[in-house]
Amino acid sequence: MAPEMSEKTQSSRATRLARWLVSGPPLLFLAVFFLLPSAIMVLASFRYPGEFGGLAPLFSTVPGVLHGLTFETYQFFFSDIIYVQVFLKSFLVALATTLICLLLAYPLALLIARSPKKSRDLMVLLVILPFASNFLVRVYAWMILLGPQAALSQAINAVLALFGLTPVHLLFSPFAVLVGMVYVHLPFMVLPLYTNLEKHDPMLLDAAQDCGANAWQRFWRITFPLSMPGILSGAALVFIPVLGMFAIPDILGGTGDMLIGNLIKEQFLGTRDWPFGSTLSIMLTLAVLAVAWLAARLGRGGKYYA
Amino acid sequence: MRRGWRLWAAALSVYAFLYLPLAVVVVYSFNDSRLNAEWIGFTLRWYEVLLHDREMLLAAGNSLFIALVSSLAATLLGTMAGMAMHRYRIRMLAFMVLTPVAMPEILLGVSLLLFFIQVLNLTLGMLSIVLAHITFSIGFVAVIVRARLAGVEESLFEAARDCGASQWQTFRHITLPLILPAVVAGGLMAFTLSIDDFVITFFTAGVGVQTLPLRIYSMIKIAVTPEVNAVSTLLMLLTLTLIVLASRFAPDALKGKA
Repeated sequence: MAPEMSEKTQSSRATRLARWLVSGPPLLFLAVFFLLPSAIMVLASFRYPGEFGGLAPLFSTVPGVLHGLTFETYQFFFSDIIYVQVFLKSFLVALATTLICLLLAYPLALLIARSPKKSRDLMVLLVILPFASNFLVRVYAWMILLGPQAALSQAINAVLALFGLTPVHLLFSPFAVLVGMVYVHLPFMVLPLYTNLEKHDPMLLDAAQDCGANAWQRFWRITFPLSMPGILSGAALVFIPVLGMFAIPDILGGTGDMLIGNLIKEQFLGTRDWPFGSTLSIMLTLAVLAVAWLAARLGRGGKYYA
Repeated sequence: MRRGWRLWAAALSVYAFLYLPLAVVVVYSFNDSRLNAEWIGFTLRWYEVLLHDREMLLAAGNSLFIALVSSLAATLLGTMAGMAMHRYRIRMLAFMVLTPVAMPEILLGVSLLLFFIQVLNLTLGMLSIVLAHITFSIGFVAVIVRARLAGVEESLFEAARDCGASQWQTFRHITLPLILPAVVAGGLMAFTLSIDDFVITFFTAGVGVQTLPLRIYSMIKIAVTPEVNAVSTLLMLLTLTLIVLASRFAPDALKGKA
């Protein structure tokens, strides 16, 4: 009896050891480089800005030196309508990007899902392949395409000139920002949509056709509602990164096209007001959480479809 | 089949939308003109300029070094995380592995900037970039490895245990050979992510060190020359190769990305 017991304890000890050997290092690394920095940022949002940028000390005995914790940055955020406006604008841009991506991605995903099995993988690969180019390169490409000397601007302005209208600038405009956002995030919409559409049973459409439903009705009554989970995960994958994007407005937008991300970048690298930058980051995090929660909730509500 | 025809037309124009901009970048990298406006004639001049651009070469070297070191570390930690997530229910681990993948990059960038300067009192540079890249790559490797493990019969491990294999022997002779393709694919993915990263590097690089994306950024912010097209084309070729390699090792890995 006794040796058996000890063997058991030994093996359970080995199991426990293995558990910590495997999970310990990544747990520790991410605790230090993800969890701790996040906590530091929450704390920083309640601190005073330092005299020369950065943060004011938490503790100080020198009279006249700002120190300790404060709600000041949060009050500041809500006291100036500009910041709320930038948040609203970012939400609008994210919403518009998501809708345009959905509009472009749906026919493509549908076509891939209804193609013969053999060609599907290739068609999906062709959607991912542009990812093989650097993010900045993909944005930069639109600097060329939308530039004042490019064919697109020339053509549009030639038409405008025919009607005696003033020429437009495509680059460094909200339009350019939207095009860039859609371009960079489109595959994030196509892939989950395709994964969903591929699973649909074609029998359903045949049955509907036998019951006299036309193509339009078959799409809106069957395919579209069934694809809701795919739409929602695609929407979350597009909406969330767009909400925090700073590089695209920075490169393709004009001076007036600041989004949340640009505001945050400005606080950390420009004016060096770290507490306010942290506050903006916390607000962005809350916005992201709200969107993720909404997508998950809507997804649960639509579960009976699938 | 009229409807099928319309679907094809819509899909083809989306493909065109995806590829046309990149094609323009590649074509203009061979264009014998300072302006990215019209085709003048074929030249390799911009690639030659690139070869003599010391700053660019230095940035490329930095990028390669950072990608190599960070992807090795991220592969090790990410494989562990993927295994742990598959085998044990550690909520905290799943949360910490998946959140950095899902949230906007800028948040990780600025929080690491704060952390490196405020807490570690680190001068931003190579080390801070490598640490940041490991942090965001772990999740991608872990997801790929976990997906592979999820497809493995649990009975294989039970059989190994019943035959008296120790934890280490089970890992060495059963688990590792099974997940190796996913580990390699995850490593290549981490390498690609690192080479390509702009946002997080932008916040954690400081002033001293430039990477390829940072260099490209400052070039397109200041003055656009066809040299950018040339370096972009080469970069496309590199990442394309890596993606093809990754898809060879784990065909499902690419789908797991989104």
